[in-house]
Amino acid sequence: MNKNHEPLFHIVKRSDITLKKAMLIRGIALLSGLVSICLLMLIFTGANPFAVIGQLFSGAFGTQRRFWILLRDSCLLLGVGLALVPAFKMKFWNLGGNGQILIGSLVSIICMKYMGEAGVSDPIIILVMIPSSIIAGAIWALIPAIFKAFFNTNESLFTLMMNYIAAGIVSFFLAVAVTSGSGTLPTLSTGNLPNLGNQYLLTIIVVILLLVIMTIYLKYTKQGYELTVVGESQNTARYVGINVKIVIIRTMVISGAICGLIGLLLAGSINHTVNTESAKNMGFTAIMVAWLAKFNPLIMIATSLFITFLTRGMSQVQTAFGITNNSISDIIIGLVYFFIIGCEFFIQYQVIFIKKQKKKELQEKESEQ
Amino acid sequence: MSENINNIINENTSQETSIRFENITKRFGEVWANKNVTFEMYKGEILSLLGENGSGKTTLMNMLSGIYYPDDGNIYVKNQHVSIKSPRDAFKYGIGMIHQHFKLVDVFTCIENIVLGIEDKEKAKISYAKEICQQICDKYGFIIDLNKKVYDMSVSEKQTLEIIKVLYRGADILILDEPTAVLTPSEIQRLFNVLRNMRDDGKSIIIITHKLNEVMEISSRVVVLRKGECIGSVLTSTTNEKQLTEMMVGEKIDLNIQRDEPVNPEERLIVKNLSCRNKDGIKVLDNVSFTAYSGKILGIAGISGSGQREVLESIAGLIKLETGDINYFDPKDHVMKNLRNRTPMQIRDLGVRLSFVPEDRLGMGLVGNMDIIDNMMLRSYQKGYAIFVDRDKPKKLGEKIIESLQVKTPSINTQVRKLSGGNVQKVLVGREIAASPKVLMAAYPVRGLDINSAYTIYNLLNEQKNKGVAVIFVGEDLDVLLALCDDILVLGEGKVRGIVDARNSSKEEVGIMMTKSNYEKESDIHE
Repeated sequence: MNKNHEPLFHIVKRSDITLKKAMLIRGIALLSGLVSICLLMLIFTGANPFAVIGQLFSGAFGTQRRFWILLRDSCLLLGVGLALVPAFKMKFWNLGGNGQILIGSLVSIICMKYMGEAGVSDPIIILVMIPSSIIAGAIWALIPAIFKAFFNTNESLFTLMMNYIAAGIVSFFLAVAVTSGSGTLPTLSTGNLPNLGNQYLLTIIVVILLLVIMTIYLKYTKQGYELTVVGESQNTARYVGINVKIVIIRTMVISGAICGLIGLLLAGSINHTVNTESAKNMGFTAIMVAWLAKFNPLIMIATSLFITFLTRGMSQVQTAFGITNNSISDIIIGLVYFFIIGCEFFIQYQVIFIKKQKKKELQEKESEQ
Repeated sequence: MSENINNIINENTSQETSIRFENITKRFGEVWANKNVTFEMYKGEILSLLGENGSGKTTLMNMLSGIYYPDDGNIYVKNQHVSIKSPRDAFKYGIGMIHQHFKLVDVFTCIENIVLGIEDKEKAKISYAKEICQQICDKYGFIIDLNKKVYDMSVSEKQTLEIIKVLYRGADILILDEPTAVLTPSEIQRLFNVLRNMRDDGKSIIIITHKLNEVMEISSRVVVLRKGECIGSVLTSTTNEKQLTEMMVGEKIDLNIQRDEPVNPEERLIVKNLSCRNKDGIKVLDNVSFTAYSGKILGIAGISGSGQREVLESIAGLIKLETGDINYFDPKDHVMKNLRNRTPMQIRDLGVRLSFVPEDRLGMGLVGNMDIIDNMMLRSYQKGYAIFVDRDKPKKLGEKIIESLQVKTPSINTQVRKLSGGNVQKVLVGREIAASPKVLMAAYPVRGLDINSAYTIYNLLNEQKNKGVAVIFVGEDLDVLLALCDDILVLGEGKVRGIVDARNSSKEEVGIMMTKSNYEKESDIHE
């Protein structure tokens, strides 16, 4: 046995990294992601890489309509992300975004359908819809929050399960409300939220307002400060006299309320109907939006745009190259996520090869002399 | 007697080398944890590795026991160049480390913990192991019940178990990381006797420590590290505490703690019959009564976990009490205020000026991931306008503390967890003192600090005392308690074992009160 065998490399946590270097690493990851898209498409379909990239961008920016949809969808995702951020900053792992959105949507649809059938005028329906869907979302988050605060139950499991309950309730509603036998609720024309200029603008404006409010809330208000302290250390919070239970409940109510609001937008302004998939899994995708941005609302604009760009672009690629197998697109998107998330490792840590390092040190010594 | 043996061994330089470090270097990011460390140790000697916190002692030993791998340099064990890549490798070379924090399975018995993880089938047999361990115990004078469960053991028993564990695995080079930090004076003596027995048997022992009196007592040679570099190696018989301190700190230092006579002490905090239970329903405080006077430092001594934390936390309003009263005498309006079962906010609203430096600095007193400004704001964030926080005043306070206490930080926006232990504590104590308290409680405020920072903290406490603040100081180093405090309250198993005058008490006296549960009865008989 060679006793003097040294390990080839070791991994060191970086104490500091310049923004430039971090952005460079992220850029490389993005590029590798794009290259891997092309490579995989080449393998799967024999497509020309440049054509693939062309379609990718055309799917996102190709027409005015596509561009608006890109903006609206990233705003929706950003909105859900903004809902999750306060909870996540408090280290309350709210995995129940989907359920909270869905229940908000459902309540809106119920208002739209039954009040519309009863002949109530649209403005009144909308006035009822807004608070009731927001409250519904808030209640959906309040339940796990209360259990967490008073009985210290696991919030991840609890919120996750609430998703299925919400989906179950939606199925139940559809079974009761849809008599046609198709199982889908036709789009409703009553109680639709108003169009501002075009059908996309309302969502965008609401989310931008939300972004401004949330940024201020987290950074400049006492409540934002309290929830950060609770998230960092409950002991510290207790020590300075913060009521941890109240903070948990309050923050989750805010988180759920925003999800409810997104549900309202989905129901009243975009889909005009509801099904169990209405939340489009945004409750989970938004987790990545928030994490990649390190819970900074302003950076979340970029991450939500990027993720939406990728999904929209890939669906275009799929159509353009006639791929009928949905999983190919999923595999490729997953791979790009892998690069993007994986590069965070290289931002946090540094891999040092022993031999290289020795050379470097020698050079340093020489230059010192 | 033992001194003689020391000298004989030193003169008797047949000195077979057991370990040799050659230019050992280890870096963590920009920090040089060890830089070109070179020294050797011999068979049958006790070597003290002395240095302040953060001087690289533990890192160096972790490289010997296979937890880290050096970036550069060579380690020789018994004149053989070795590459220790894992704790398993370390055991192969007969190196065993007893860590500061024990690594035992609570629900297993002593002997089960010893055989845990041994691959050799013969050696892993409980009956065989018991026999051998009994021999080890007899040989070196360990006292332990091999069938006792770990959760029933005292700290000292756990430590004994750790030592037997590495001996059973055949270690003849033992590393003990701060072994005395958790022990009482009599337990320390017992440990030292065992160590001497092992040394005489030809084992090499390295003790990591920063307590000078112990270095002088137990070791034959001292290696001093400072900022990762080896400053020198000296024979204990040719040195003294003062010289060692200078080597350790790099400058001359006055080791005396000043203590002024209290001026007009008044009753400030009267604690009566405190009792409370922890989450498991075990009584952690049992009828604790004492009075803290203004202008005096009240020390609280006791082996760890005797209720020190609970006393302070119940005063601060963090623990629900079963019985008892905490009366605060307000010097402003001469009103007695009962703090019992009030929240920290309510206590503050009563106008009680209470400051608290908790034991867990980054987990309770501060938020590690926040910068200095936001940490300053912890106590005062409620003062901002309407729903908004005000960062101006905390910023000014932070700047003031950085300047007056010489906090070393890249900027005021640096996360406090990135500061060194001493600077973290300066930030915390600075903030608590800035509230101009009438009662200041500090739990282990110098734990883990370098000597200079520790003396800064002692001076700050003295300053507060002279301002007429009632200071309550929970400490673990009896020498410091006796030198700094006016009175010392001794706790044991949640009960008050007695209150002594620090000026007229000896270390042994306090040590006995700490450990013997029937101390009071005994002293009654004597009287």
